[in-house]
Amino acid sequence: MAENGTAFVRFVDVQKSYDGETLVVKNLNLDIAQGEFVTMLGPSGSGKTTCLMMLAGFETATHGEIFLDGTPINNVPPHKRDIGMVFQNYALFPHMTVAENLAFPLQVRKLSRGETEDRVKKALDMVQLGEFGARRPAQLSGGQQQRVALARALVFEPKLVLMDEPLGALDKQLRETMQYEIKHIHESLGVTVVYVTHDQTEALTMSDRVAVFNDGIIQQLAPPVDLYEQPENSFVAQFIGENNKLSGRIASVEDNVCVAEVAGSTVRALAVNVGGAGEATTLSLRPERVFIEPDEGALPNIFEAKVKELIFLGDHVRTRLDVCGNDEFIVKVPNASGHVHLRPGATTRVGWQIEDCRALDAA
Amino acid sequence: MATAPADTVMRTVDGTPLKVSLRRAMRRRKLAALGLVMPLFVFILFSFILPIADMLFRSVENPQVVTIMPETTAALQGWDGNEVPDEAVFAALVADLVAGSESREIGKVATRLNYEISGMRGLIMKSARRADRLEAPYREALIDLDKDWNDISVWKLIQREGAPFTASYYLSAIDMRYDDSGEIAAQPTDRQIYVTLFLRTLWISLLITFMTLLLGFPVAYLLATLPLKYSNLLMIMVLLPFWTSLLVRTTSWIAMLQQQGVLNDLLVWSGLVSDDGRLELMHNQTGTVVAMTHILLPFMVLPLYSVMRTISPSFMRAAQSLGAPRFLAFWRVYAPLTLPGVGAGAILVFILAIGYYITPALVGGTSGQLISNFIAYHMQSSLNWGLAAALGSILLSCVLLLYYIYNRIVGIENMKLG
Repeated sequence: MAENGTAFVRFVDVQKSYDGETLVVKNLNLDIAQGEFVTMLGPSGSGKTTCLMMLAGFETATHGEIFLDGTPINNVPPHKRDIGMVFQNYALFPHMTVAENLAFPLQVRKLSRGETEDRVKKALDMVQLGEFGARRPAQLSGGQQQRVALARALVFEPKLVLMDEPLGALDKQLRETMQYEIKHIHESLGVTVVYVTHDQTEALTMSDRVAVFNDGIIQQLAPPVDLYEQPENSFVAQFIGENNKLSGRIASVEDNVCVAEVAGSTVRALAVNVGGAGEATTLSLRPERVFIEPDEGALPNIFEAKVKELIFLGDHVRTRLDVCGNDEFIVKVPNASGHVHLRPGATTRVGWQIEDCRALDAA
Repeated sequence: MATAPADTVMRTVDGTPLKVSLRRAMRRRKLAALGLVMPLFVFILFSFILPIADMLFRSVENPQVVTIMPETTAALQGWDGNEVPDEAVFAALVADLVAGSESREIGKVATRLNYEISGMRGLIMKSARRADRLEAPYREALIDLDKDWNDISVWKLIQREGAPFTASYYLSAIDMRYDDSGEIAAQPTDRQIYVTLFLRTLWISLLITFMTLLLGFPVAYLLATLPLKYSNLLMIMVLLPFWTSLLVRTTSWIAMLQQQGVLNDLLVWSGLVSDDGRLELMHNQTGTVVAMTHILLPFMVLPLYSVMRTISPSFMRAAQSLGAPRFLAFWRVYAPLTLPGVGAGAILVFILAIGYYITPALVGGTSGQLISNFIAYHMQSSLNWGLAAALGSILLSCVLLLYYIYNRIVGIENMKLG
C-alpha cells in the first residue's frame, strides 16, 4: 500500500533470534503508511509480539533495519522513540493516581505545570473519565483501566501508537465497545496504530490492513475483506473465519481453473496457489457459500453428502456433513422459512461455485 | 413470605431464630479452629509471654529487704530521716539480723543493698555474723561495731529499699541514681555507661540496616529478574549462610578480619598498607558492623525479593515507552513499588540487630559491645537480674516505639514479609 519513500514505519529484512539457533522472526519486510491502522494477527508464538517489541525498542533486531519516519531506529533507546504503547495488562503505575499516570510522560518531557494539567484533562475527557483523575488504578474497573492506559499512551501526542493485545483481559461485550472506541479515536486523531492480537474478529473489525503471522513469516498482508474473501494460502484460509478444507491432488490446470481429485471425486476449483498436475493441494471453501440440495446441473460442483450432526444456533443451524471423505464439512443452514430440514444420518446433496472454492497450497 | 412471622427476626423453617441456628452451625468449626491453634498458643504462653511478663516484673520487684528484714522495715516506717534512728529501730535491726543469719537469707539483703551503695554488703554481713553476741543498748553496740551505722544515708537506703517495689533498677539503666539525700540525680560521669550504650546500639543497628539495604537491593533485583536457572543458583548462595552455624560464620569473620588475618595479609601483600600499619578491623565497631551486616543480609534480601518478584517488568517498559530514561523510570516507578519490601526488610533487620548478642560478643571488643551484651553480663556474671530486666524492658519499649512510628509513617499494612 505504502510507497517506499512515504512509508512511516518500515521493517527491512528484519530477523530476530533469541538463542542463535532458531529464528522467531524470519525476514520481515513491512511498510506502514502514516495514519494507517495495521494489525499483526497470529497464533501465540508466531512472532507478532516480538515485532512489536522491536518497534518499541525493548528487543533488538538480530538482523535488518527498522525505520521510523525515515530514520533508522535500531540504536535509539525506547524513551527517545516517542512511541505510545498500550500494554496487555495496562501497566498503569499502581502508586500514582490516574491523573499522575497521565502526567508522567509530560513531566519527563518537562512541560510546564499548567500545560500538563490541560493536556491531562483533555486526555481524560477524550476517554470519558474526566471525573476519575484522583482515583488509583486499582479503584477502576477493567474497562476504565483500559481507557486510562489508552489516554496515557496518547497524552504526549506520539505519531505512532503500539497496542499489545490491549483488550485481552476484558469480557466480550466490553471488548466490542472498546474496539469501536479505539477505532474512533484512531480516526479522529489520525495517529498511526500498530495493533497486535490473536483475535481475528478484533483484527477484521478495526484494521485498515491485517498482517497474518505464522511461524515468523507474514502469511498475507491485506485489507480485512480480501483476507476473508481471497486467502492466499491454506493457513490464512484456515485461520481467518470458518473454513472447509478438502485435501486432494491436482489433475489438471487450465487458465485459472483447476480440477482436483479428492477422495475419488472430481472437484473444480479456482487455481490460486497450486503447482502443476500431480501436486497436492488443499481446497478451501467457506461454509456460507455451500448450497444444500441444489438443482441438478445448476452448479459445477455437486456431491453426495451424509448428515452427521446438527447444532441449533438460533439464526442458523450448523450442519456437519461427510463430503468427499471429509466428515468435518460444515454448512450453515439459515433458519429461514422454508429452509431445508435435515436429519442426522440422512443423505443429501451439496454444491458450490468454482470461484468460491479456492485451490491453495497443501499445508 | 407467607410463613415469615410478624416480627422482623429472620427464622428458620422450624422457628428458631436464624442467628441462633447459624451460631450453632458455626460452633463446631470454631472449636476445630481453636483446637488447631491451642498447642501453639500454650507453647507461646509458657515460653514467651509468661517469661517476658516475669522479667518485666523483676525490673520493679524489690522483695529482699521487706521480707527478710520485716521488723526493721516496720520500725523505720515512722522515721523522719533527719537524724540516726532511735534504739527501737536498732533493736529491730538486730532481731532481723539474727533471724536472717540463722535462715542464711541475710546475704540476699546484703547483695541487694550493695547494688545501691558499694560497701553495704560488707557492713550487713559483718553485723549479721556478730548480731547474736550483741547486747542492749543495741544502738551503741552496733555503732561501736561499725561506725557506718551512724550514717543517715545507710538508714535512708534501708528505708527506701524496704518498699516492695523500686524504681532504682530503671534509674541505674538510664545512668541515674538516688543520691545520699534520696533525691534522683545523675550517676558520676565515670559510672555512666548505659545511655551511651543504648545510643550506640541504635546507631549501629541503623547503620547495619542501611548497609544491608545497600547491598541487598541489587541482589534482590537480580534474583527477581534473572531467568530461573540463574536465579535459583543465586538464591542458594543467598540462603547458604542460613544453613551454616552462626558461630562458624562469626568465627570465620575473625579469621578474615584479625590483624594477622586474610584481609590484612592481602592489603599488606598488595602494598596498600605497611606491615606495621595493619588495620584494626576487629574487636571494635567495624568488626561488629561488618560481621552483622553479613549475617543479617538474607533478612533484607528475602522480603525485597518477594516484593520485587510481583512487580511486572511491563511497568519499567511502560515508563520507558512514556519517555523516561532507565534511571528515571527506575526511580519514579520501580523504586516506589519496592517500598513494602524495603520497609519489611528494614524493620526485620533493625529489630534483629538491636537485640543481637553472639556476634558483638565475639568480634566487638569493648567499643563494639551492644546493650544485649550487658544484659547478658548482668544475667550471668553480676547476677543483677533486676537491672538486666530493666535494661531489657527499655530495649523492648524502644522497639515498640519505633514500630509505632514506622506504622504511623509507612503503615504496617504496606509491609510485605513474603
